[in-house]
Amino acid sequence: MIQTENLTKAFGATTAVDKLTFEVKEGEVFGFLGPNGAGKTTTVRLLTSLIEPSAGTARVNGYQLGKANKDIRRTVGILTETPGMYDNLSAEYNLRIYASLYEVKDIKGQVEKYLRMLGLWERRFDEAGSFSKGMKQKLAIARALLHEPPLLFLDEPTSALDPEAAHLVREFIEDLRKEGRTIFLCTHNLDEADRLCDRIGVFKTRLIVIDTPANLRAQLFERKVVFHLKDADDRLAENISSLAFVKNCKRVDNKLVVALNEPEVHNPEIVRLLVGIGAEVQFVGELKHSLEDVYLQLVERA
Amino acid sequence: MEKIKTIVLKEWAEVFKNRLVLSTVIFMPLLFAIIPLIMLYLTRSTSMNDLTSDMPSQIMQLCPEGVALGECFQVFMAGQMMLLFMLSPLIIPVNIAAYSIVGEKTTRSLEPLLATPITTAELLIGKNLAAVIPAVVATWFGFFIYVIGAAIIVKSPYVIASLLDPKWWLAIGIIGPLLAVLSVNFSLMVSSRVNDPRVAEQLSVVVILPILAIFFGQMFGVLLINRQLVLAFAAIVLLIDLGLVFLSIRLFQRETILTRWK
Repeated sequence: MIQTENLTKAFGATTAVDKLTFEVKEGEVFGFLGPNGAGKTTTVRLLTSLIEPSAGTARVNGYQLGKANKDIRRTVGILTETPGMYDNLSAEYNLRIYASLYEVKDIKGQVEKYLRMLGLWERRFDEAGSFSKGMKQKLAIARALLHEPPLLFLDEPTSALDPEAAHLVREFIEDLRKEGRTIFLCTHNLDEADRLCDRIGVFKTRLIVIDTPANLRAQLFERKVVFHLKDADDRLAENISSLAFVKNCKRVDNKLVVALNEPEVHNPEIVRLLVGIGAEVQFVGELKHSLEDVYLQLVERA
Repeated sequence: MEKIKTIVLKEWAEVFKNRLVLSTVIFMPLLFAIIPLIMLYLTRSTSMNDLTSDMPSQIMQLCPEGVALGECFQVFMAGQMMLLFMLSPLIIPVNIAAYSIVGEKTTRSLEPLLATPITTAELLIGKNLAAVIPAVVATWFGFFIYVIGAAIIVKSPYVIASLLDPKWWLAIGIIGPLLAVLSVNFSLMVSSRVNDPRVAEQLSVVVILPILAIFFGQMFGVLLINRQLVLAFAAIVLLIDLGLVFLSIRLFQRETILTRWK
């Protein structure tokens, strides 16, 4: 759905996006992570043909950027960083305007469909300005979907929302993913990216890395298993360390933290050894690094 | 065409919720119709015919043989007041365009709008029409009231004939819309550089200066409005319009708007 090659955008002497090359496949939820000012919004604007690249090429929905900009805009939906609704017009009229501009055939039907789907039907005649932030965001999502775009750009969809509204928006993104839509998600919320995205690109003017959340963790951190024991001492840790497949073992209170390449293969052997030397194993679990750890490592390195 | 219509209707729905803009569109042409009618009413009395030949030359020029000086004075006053109808197509669109563009900036609604398949030309035509149509309709409506009112108040066939002179139909019918286009595009350019509608309005008001120049030029006898002058003025405004439309399209670049409008 998206292919870019050395896509670059400079504003005067400042380069906002530098030689961005990546691909987003159909039906994928692609997370685009980066600190403030990294160039995420500029990338979205480039890919939605709102601004022109300084160099490089891109194809969006099969259309060449710069040659078929109108077709790109016709076939993508965009949720901008701020909802940007017409505050003194009704929710329904706001959507009718955009349905008309997106050349939607059944304007009435599509407007009703999304107002109902996002729980705004009862408030359809109210001015958008009277809506809460969460409701405005939902209205903006409805606007982005009116023309049933196969590719959706969501720029910080849950920023500035309370937890409940953010949860509703995330659930809706989950539903869109199930419908098979391709989603390009810019977010600061790493937990959100972890839960929703098939792949993640970490970006700071340049693309730092791109992979699945699980692979990113594996690339940066060795796998560790925590054995919770009733009583642990250093003797147990030394015993475990002596095993050939164990890379490292540390005792933390009543826990043994063991670094392994293949926990699925070696955990049973460790448990057998621990039980054999009299330890009481209460619980075994993998120590999972949060995406935040991954992100901070990557951005720091960049 | 459908997209232009959508933009026009959207602009009207939004802008006319602003009471200041709405009152400008309604009351300004009414005021500009009533003021000259009052002037005609006050100068209709027969005592005006006792005016002497000490009248200024610019009034005497309007006085053919056999026409009373009072009537000539009325014709002169009517000509001066007619210029008011060329001010309203300048002032009304300033209000509409300033709110329309600066409003888009303050609500940050322009980015989603530009992300639709609408072309820059469609968007600009829509915004132009949304500001020009009410201004022209309101001006013509005011002029219509003025002509009807004058026909009731004024008794002199000479004064009536001068009010219905083709130069005024040309001025109101052609120059009016051209001035409205000038005003809108000037406001578009000013609005793209400021963040407050009031500042946009204040800066845009400079477009009324040429009309004021004609007003005072005629008052002090420097020039006399006739068909040649009206035609020349129409041609000049048309040229200025073409230049302003070209400039406003050049300045209304999506990238500039999105990255520099703060």
